Amino acid sequence: MSFATAISDGAVVAKRNLLKITRLPDLLVFSTVQPIMFVLLFAYVFGSAIVVPGVDYTDFLMGGIFVQTVVFGATITGAGLADDIKKGIIDRFRSLPMARSAVLVGRTTSDLLNNLLVVTIMALTGLVVGWRIHTSLWEALGGFALLLLFAYAISWMMATVGLSVSSVEVVNNASFIVIFPLTFISNAFVPTTNFPTVLKVFAEWNPVSAVVQAVRELFGNTNPLSPVSESWPMQNAVLASLIWIVIFLVVFVPLAVSRFKKAAVR
Amino acid sequence: MTNAILAEGLRKHYGEVVALDGLDLSVPEGSVMCLLGPNGAGKTTTVRILTTLLEADSGTATVAGLDVKQHAAELREKIGLSGQYAAVDENLTGFENLDMVGRLYHMGRQLSRARASELLDRFDLDEAASRQVKTYSGGMRRRLDLAAALVARPEVIFLDEPTTGLDPRSRLSLWEVIEELVTEGATLLLTTHFLDEADRLADSIGVIDHGKVIALGTAEELKSKVGGERIELTVRNDADLEPAREVLSAVGVGQVTADQDARQLAVAVGSGGDALIETVRGLDTRGISPLDLALRRPTLDDVFLGLTGHVAEEVVDA
Repeated sequence: MSFATAISDGAVVAKRNLLKITRLPDLLVFSTVQPIMFVLLFAYVFGSAIVVPGVDYTDFLMGGIFVQTVVFGATITGAGLADDIKKGIIDRFRSLPMARSAVLVGRTTSDLLNNLLVVTIMALTGLVVGWRIHTSLWEALGGFALLLLFAYAISWMMATVGLSVSSVEVVNNASFIVIFPLTFISNAFVPTTNFPTVLKVFAEWNPVSAVVQAVRELFGNTNPLSPVSESWPMQNAVLASLIWIVIFLVVFVPLAVSRFKKAAVR
Repeated sequence: MTNAILAEGLRKHYGEVVALDGLDLSVPEGSVMCLLGPNGAGKTTTVRILTTLLEADSGTATVAGLDVKQHAAELREKIGLSGQYAAVDENLTGFENLDMVGRLYHMGRQLSRARASELLDRFDLDEAASRQVKTYSGGMRRRLDLAAALVARPEVIFLDEPTTGLDPRSRLSLWEVIEELVTEGATLLLTTHFLDEADRLADSIGVIDHGKVIALGTAEELKSKVGGERIELTVRNDADLEPAREVLSAVGVGQVTADQDARQLAVAVGSGGDALIETVRGLDTRGISPLDLALRRPTLDDVFLGLTGHVAEEVVDA
């Protein structure tokens, strides 16, 4: 099986997943309305109450909400795979002479493109409510790239979950249990300075915090008046984010592929 | 004759449950083999192993001359599978489904599209080709699923319970399609728990129960195995059941089966004509006047009952 074949098989599957998005207009509407709603809710509800010294809260918020949304969005990778297993479509794919990686590569790729759309909509909404990028174009693009890369890595984690559990509902519940604390015990919506010690340490080493901080830095949404903690990941947020992304991929790509090979109709 | 499918001593267990218990199977090239058995007998597990979806715990199997374990990747190019579920994508059109499968068999764009149209035409789906599959009826989905299994003109085709859940009319039309396939020379392995389906479609039938092939032969051979003909007797009232049973067990060669509610008794007999006369005499002696008395060739239902001691459809999923 050549590399080129694997890529083209992956593309066939990705195209199939993307067609689904266009065939279900309501799905598309809700997946775009949700990020708009999040930005508005957080900006006006939290924004009215939370003061982060030296930074406009909307600027502070956007990094957090970007990361939270793409992480939540990654659950569709797991849910999509669990659904395909249930309907016997994974069985069909596994009986075809296609690359073993294609279903997963196709799925994570189409979800990446979906995330690109979501991030674009959020960024536009953010600009409307007063969020501004204060850095160069290249740094800003770097921020978006890091965001999508992180979402892609989380997608592989969710793929592993989706191939391991018994139904779509379980994917959603299981993901929620992991993702909720991960996004909320972090610097996404409030500074971690006043967290109790245990939560603070967790938040500082949380991959979500690293990516949030990195994105804020790349968009220029930080301020010296509001210093982040001295911990290594917070001081080296971009590097820490990249390390986390590599760790997620190294762990979950092989795990997901091996789960895929054993996936059976349940 | 070369075997398109050859399996020897396949074993597979899921935890405590033994799904396959040393299954042997051989299917000559160009023939139709039907695996007949109740749910949970091991039919689907067999198909999954032969189509590389599942690895057996032990035993060997070759399909189209390729070992299912060692040459799984090459084998997948030569087989087509239509599983128990209609594994088609609801959000794609019929055409898109087939074209996708064609591309995944690495057919070129032109070829894949042409083949998709050809199959849609042949399976009477041409009018629905550009409609999303979610608008299809159950029978149409099955036909599309079957078409997907045929995209690459496979040497060996596996159909796992192709008509389960279909109404009688859709079943008939699917049978016609399957019969057509066979005339084109492919080898076909199909599983079913419908006895009439096996009778109609298969060259040979493997009766499978508790993970083993317990009988193998043509429909006719299997029928003759359970004593050729049967006598069926319906009595007028419950009181006649017991004496009538005595009469039948005296003339029959096997166990008398009874349907109490219908007041119906049946038994396999060796020599039909003589047995019928004996039965009439016995009934007359006891003063029983039957509502219905008939001599009948056995069905595969009888075969299954005779071989396994239980009725095929009654068994619940293990």
